[in-house]
Amino acid sequence: MKRSSLLYFFITLAGLILIGRLFQLQVINGADLDPNHNAAVKVIYDYPERGYIYDRNGKLLVANQLSYDVMVVPNEVEPLDTIEFCNLLKINLDYFKRKYKTAKNYSPWLPSVFLKQLAKEDFAFLQEKLHKFKGFYIQKRNIRNYPISSAANVLGYISEVNELEAKNNPNFQQGELIGSSGVEKSYDSILRGIKGKKFLHRNRLNKIIGKYKDGEYDTLAVNGQDITLTIDSELQQYGELLMSGKRGGIVAIEPKTGEILALISSPTYNPNMMVGRQRAYNSTILMDEKNLDKPMYDRSLQATYPPGSPFKLINALIGLQEGVIDENSGVYCYGGYRYGNRKGAFQKCHCDIFGGPIRLHTAISKSCNSYFSTTYRKIIDNAETATVGMDIWSNHVKSFGLGNYLGYDLPSGQKGLIPDGNYYDSRYKYSWGPTTNISNAIGQGEILTTPIQLANVTAAIANKGYFFTPHVLKKSNGKDITNPKYTKPKKTTIDSKYFDPIIEGMHEVFKTGTGKWSNIKGIDIVGKTGTSENFTIIDGVRKQLRDHSILIAFAPKDDPKIAIAVFVENGGYGSTIAAPITSLLIEKYLNKKITGNNRKWIENNMINLSLRDIYDQKEIVPKTTFKD
Amino acid sequence: MRAEKNNIFYGVDWILIILYIALVGFGWMNIYAATTNDANSDVLDFSTKYGKQLLWIILCIPLIIFILFFNSKFYEKFASILYLIGILSLLGLFVFGKNINGAQSWYAFGSASLQPSEFAKAFTALAVAKLLSDRQYNLKLIKNQIKAFIIIFLPAILIALQPDLGSVLVYLSFFFVLNREGLTLNYIIFGSIAIVLFLLTLLFGPIAIIFMVFGLLSILVVYFLKKHKGYLKFNWHKVLGIYLIFGLYIFSSGYIFNNVFEQHQRDRFEILLGISKDTKKIGYNTNQSLQAISSGGGFGKGFLQGERTQGDFVPEQHTDYIFSTVGEEWGFLGSSLVIILFMLLLYRIIYLAETHKNKFGRIYGYGLASILFFHVIINIGMVIQLLPTVGIPLPFFSYGGSSLWGFTLLLFIFIKLDANKSYDW
Repeated sequence: MKRSSLLYFFITLAGLILIGRLFQLQVINGADLDPNHNAAVKVIYDYPERGYIYDRNGKLLVANQLSYDVMVVPNEVEPLDTIEFCNLLKINLDYFKRKYKTAKNYSPWLPSVFLKQLAKEDFAFLQEKLHKFKGFYIQKRNIRNYPISSAANVLGYISEVNELEAKNNPNFQQGELIGSSGVEKSYDSILRGIKGKKFLHRNRLNKIIGKYKDGEYDTLAVNGQDITLTIDSELQQYGELLMSGKRGGIVAIEPKTGEILALISSPTYNPNMMVGRQRAYNSTILMDEKNLDKPMYDRSLQATYPPGSPFKLINALIGLQEGVIDENSGVYCYGGYRYGNRKGAFQKCHCDIFGGPIRLHTAISKSCNSYFSTTYRKIIDNAETATVGMDIWSNHVKSFGLGNYLGYDLPSGQKGLIPDGNYYDSRYKYSWGPTTNISNAIGQGEILTTPIQLANVTAAIANKGYFFTPHVLKKSNGKDITNPKYTKPKKTTIDSKYFDPIIEGMHEVFKTGTGKWSNIKGIDIVGKTGTSENFTIIDGVRKQLRDHSILIAFAPKDDPKIAIAVFVENGGYGSTIAAPITSLLIEKYLNKKITGNNRKWIENNMINLSLRDIYDQKEIVPKTTFKD
Repeated sequence: MRAEKNNIFYGVDWILIILYIALVGFGWMNIYAATTNDANSDVLDFSTKYGKQLLWIILCIPLIIFILFFNSKFYEKFASILYLIGILSLLGLFVFGKNINGAQSWYAFGSASLQPSEFAKAFTALAVAKLLSDRQYNLKLIKNQIKAFIIIFLPAILIALQPDLGSVLVYLSFFFVLNREGLTLNYIIFGSIAIVLFLLTLLFGPIAIIFMVFGLLSILVVYFLKKHKGYLKFNWHKVLGIYLIFGLYIFSSGYIFNNVFEQHQRDRFEILLGISKDTKKIGYNTNQSLQAISSGGGFGKGFLQGERTQGDFVPEQHTDYIFSTVGEEWGFLGSSLVIILFMLLLYRIIYLAETHKNKFGRIYGYGLASILFFHVIINIGMVIQLLPTVGIPLPFFSYGGSSLWGFTLLLFIFIKLDANKSYDW
């Protein structure tokens, strides 16, 4: 090697390293820089108005009202008379120091919220005085307003972007509003609009030198778009009224489209509580962990319950599809179903039919446990092993949208639980059979569903084998939604022909069966009541609570317009609470009013019925039997 | 022949001169951008920084003519005397020097001031060339090596005492010269290992590094044992000694860092190594400079259009941080062009130096190239945060008369030596 090549080598190497580093800095990092991040540029925002939200009939659900925030840019603040300033804003010195410090820590260059949501009178007064205090200014903002105090769980609320979010997402400034639950969150990007920006050039001493690049980057604010929901606010309000004093969830869906007509979670809250200066106080009450009412918890989407008897319908459908039963298969019921030789291996039944074979139609209307347990066992035994049989069964069930997130357009939910072969293999180490989990036959056991899942099952039955993923958005910016996720039907694994006998049986329920007291003249309701056992753990002991009252139904029978699922926690028999509530909702939706003295009496009864005593005492009731 | 000899520009390398003019010219444009503002934009206003710099640049012309006026033999003959003058001017600082920014590095003449350490580099390069070009001189001998070290490090030590540690680093560049003339590479290798170990120790702590180094050494020992069975038997004292030296060095690194270094020096290292983050105090300069450079993007914002430069966001931008102006206003294109210009300048100097039949010219050329090389990488490396903050100027670019004249002197002595090389051996 020539002696001179060492220096040549080092010069070349160093040159390439320097150029490489410059490439990284300028070409790679530099490409991401926008004037926003430039200390030499001051950005002034112009906030757009958030879109309005309407119900399916064009009724206004969410509007805006003006609110005024005092903002601070710490580096622009000049020495001031703090006492005068504090008196002006009606704050104490402590608050001033604390807020100023937080703002400075966040960023000395960027605006932070100093005092939130002034009253209108204060604003007018402050506007005149505030110019004396450099670095402080008033930012006008729109906050939400709810003309109809209803559907809080669907609409959700907006809240301020917190410090962390603002740091991670350059599109947000601290204190800006963003949808943080419900529709406000799901469709935030549509509702929010685009904020306008004005870029000003300033020097190191913070003096504004002029417009940055002659306003080349300036943008105008674009208002948020209005959206229309599938919710029928009359039905929603009526449902909330009927559920007063009770815990539970109701979901009503239009089967032909999958549009959610009502999504009721009870107890609920007034959405106006989450707006304005009282918000912080209200939200601590609403989110209190100790409050078992949990008003912020959306029971229609998030609560998982054993579905009880309505689940028998699915077992019957699977039985038909797998060919293990047909419409005329008969089962003898001896007041129950013996599934083993051990003493306890007996499942009681209260269909009260003795001495004759029970066929599908009767089994549904009388809710015979023996019939469905037999069917369930046949389904599992039909396959070579219990694991395979269980998987076949599980796949059929899951095709109805159970056991997983449904995919609707609201940000909260639960999967529920539909076990498969694997589930029991790992739980019982391969030594199990259909009798191990015979409770699955009647919607108890491991099975858990949410109200919206069960409403979707009802819609699938009404459509005879398919459903549309439930959704709450009907129109955005005046146009119907086109997202194939919600407009394309999803097929279940059951052939359409098998639904007819099931629907006939369900029709019988409201004609002569458990729902006959809730029949409505002129409307053919098709449904199935349910009563599900549930337990709680009090002081480490598993205790049975009063049963949940359940019902699924759709109407009218020949042209289904509404499919509905009702869960009332600890309401007892399905026929006593869930059935009348369902029938009232159906009547309200189809006829727009409740007619007849008898019906008015039921309505009154339901509105005034309170289960408060039961919830408060956590009353322990003796084990009920399945009489649906 | 005589007429040619009387023409002072006879035989000069025009490529070097064009590169010099390009660098100085572009440098001044950037100083203008960094120091101008709406109130002061008259080019010939000598009360402003850019105006003063223009004056220094114009005064370079008589300086260059003066340098080229002497015969190249003059520099060889008077190298020792010039070196002595350099040393005396550095010594004089301790008595007559003026303290600016905590360093006593300046002679003040009215409103102007002169920094002798900028000229001492040129004189040291001459002295080293003179010593090494002696026919009797053989660098293989330790005695001769020590002579060379004394010549190089005497001014370095005087500068270190001012204290101006940045300029001291430049003297390390003379190792390239010594290496070219036959000094073993071991010094550079040992030096590099020492620096790398020092930095690693700061980053990971002494224990981890001890384990790593002893592990590597043990692998070597095992390797030698495989090769010669009796290796350990005969060399155990050497092996033990090496382990001891490394161990002591690593542990003392931490001690030196914590007890010998000044706090601001520690901070600079820690920021560079990412141990501590600081964008407000010590790291403020570098951070602002990085942001200005990044914001330039691929093609820059254009002359006088850099809002960070125009808004005076980068402190000391016209002196040590001048490269950030290039980065912001001229982008990746402009800043890599500057680096390429410097590379071409260095390649050209080394190429020309190798053509010298006279050892003196060649060695001086190497000294010049090494000094320029160190200045460029240390300055730009600092501005783009590859190296810790060390305050030394970017040759031909940074504001300051002493630095500009010092580098002009360095370069044009070589141009003169080169012009006369054909009949000068």
